[in-house]
Amino acid sequence: MSSVSSMSAAVAAPAPSPGGQALRQLLGHRGFLIGGALVAAIVLVAVFAGALAPFDPLRSNVRMRLKPPDGLHWLGTDHFGRDILSRLMVGARISLVIGLCTALTTGVFGTLIGALAGFFRSLDHVLMRLMDALMAFPAILLAIAVSATLGASVTNVIIALSVATTPHTARIVRAAVLVVRHMDYVEAARALGAGELRLLLRHVLPNTLGPLIVRLTYVFATAILAEAALSFIGVGPPPPAPTFGNIIAQGRDFMADAPWITLFPGIAVILSVLGLNLLGDGLRDVLDPRMRV
Amino acid sequence: MTRFLAKRLAGMLLVLGLVSLMSFAVIELVPGDPTAAFADASATPEQMARLRHELGLDLPLPQRMADWYGRLLHADLGQSILLRRSVTDAILERLPVTLSLAGIALVAALAAGVAAGMVAAAYHKRWPDQVVMTAALFGLSVPEFWLGLMLILLFAVRLGAFPTGGFVPIEQDPAAWARSIALPAAALAAVQVGFIARMTRAAVLDVLHQDFMRTADAKGLSRADIMLRHGLPNALVPILTVAGIVTGSLLGNAVIIEQVFSIPGVGRLVVGGILSRDYPVIQGGLLFLAAIYLMMNLVVDVLYAVVDPRIRLE
Repeated sequence: MSSVSSMSAAVAAPAPSPGGQALRQLLGHRGFLIGGALVAAIVLVAVFAGALAPFDPLRSNVRMRLKPPDGLHWLGTDHFGRDILSRLMVGARISLVIGLCTALTTGVFGTLIGALAGFFRSLDHVLMRLMDALMAFPAILLAIAVSATLGASVTNVIIALSVATTPHTARIVRAAVLVVRHMDYVEAARALGAGELRLLLRHVLPNTLGPLIVRLTYVFATAILAEAALSFIGVGPPPPAPTFGNIIAQGRDFMADAPWITLFPGIAVILSVLGLNLLGDGLRDVLDPRMRV
Repeated sequence: MTRFLAKRLAGMLLVLGLVSLMSFAVIELVPGDPTAAFADASATPEQMARLRHELGLDLPLPQRMADWYGRLLHADLGQSILLRRSVTDAILERLPVTLSLAGIALVAALAAGVAAGMVAAAYHKRWPDQVVMTAALFGLSVPEFWLGLMLILLFAVRLGAFPTGGFVPIEQDPAAWARSIALPAAALAAVQVGFIARMTRAAVLDVLHQDFMRTADAKGLSRADIMLRHGLPNALVPILTVAGIVTGSLLGNAVIIEQVFSIPGVGRLVVGGILSRDYPVIQGGLLFLAAIYLMMNLVVDVLYAVVDPRIRLE
């Protein structure tokens, strides 16, 4: 996990390994630790949702409809008598899968486009104007349009969100490549006879990982927020899939009498996104200190 | 300055060209037959053929593209399939609603965010800073549509102080207009305040370490004077950048908030179009919103040059 920044820090104060140094800094970062604990807890709940969920998230029980939180249903039940806590646990799984896949897809395409634009200057103008054009559409509207056009499903939501988040990612990778490609060690490798592709893959890209990892953490968080919005509008994974957005949308009609249906999924979104944002801030402070806010 | 403006304008027009091409291409990306979504059991082949003709799908691609650009030159975005009227008219009719909503939210978010960010910077690493930064982090993590629902629940359903949704035009009843727009604008603004506060704080902290700030301190200016007369103006460029970004996300979030509060704005029109596959509305709406965003960016660029003369020389 060596980055430009940790490498330059290593020059100033020789450290045995930049990666180990970054890890040590991260473990001393309070926000990173809180965020990490939060995300780890949510991931565990999502992975073991099948075993942890006290009820079947899809089974309705008419006699138990719209029950407020109590000892049996900790977070209450919805209008079909389904247990909200169980639905949230399974919903967390869908959200995390969408967030992770979106971050990975965006990472691949953002790196590809950003690296091509930053390293091969002839492609720069064309690629970046295309990214500018994509960024001109409100991201959430772009995602709604793509998702609705392709048809609502988990895969298409991932595609839609990746389309919406790739341009900015490409821009960040491009900026990092532009800085790194003029570094002395890249020139040195070039002088030693390394080919362009080798320079890019072996010397430039690994040193843009810092900003990329930071960006992808935020993409993960954004994807969870956006997935909730897409589901709420009705172009996310279709019901009865218990996504956070679907539960909120269904609870809307019963908000006056059963506010818990709407309240708890919102808190679940906030906790997930908050955890990821804290992780992102911690990673940024350590891996990409120039961007420190 | 003229050269700077010309360069920015040319860049914007190029991107606008790409945006119009992408908006046009939306219909090409639909898997299968775009009219299939309208085909119910009762649709006769003749009806489907007429719909294809209305959408121009019976024409070859170059011809359709020429038509699209020909119409764009006349500010004509085509005819809505469902509304049976001009898309341009439908958008222009709803535009004031969306613009007033996003505008009020922008002003409120900027005022609150810049103030909070300056307080945080002024009390760097002390408790006001920590309170602002923690609140900002929460703000960044809240889904705006859910916040809207919670505001409805609290202020409309429980307290009855505001309507649960709907929109009253300002010319009809200014007081009712203010009440109808307060909650949606608050929901929109609230999720942006955190971002603005964080960026403002960073920009002001950057300025605080400059020599001229020490000079201002040395010549005996009060703390507030230093911050407002020397700190804020020099932090304006990054804050302007933030305003540009926020405007973009406000336009996007307004689309969702309009659904939550049943506000008849451009966003509701376009989302309705997307959900019912009203392609001319989708194409026109996407192009229109992107064009607004690009124009806002141009304005921000010009403001950069006004605020910081060095940028004009670039």
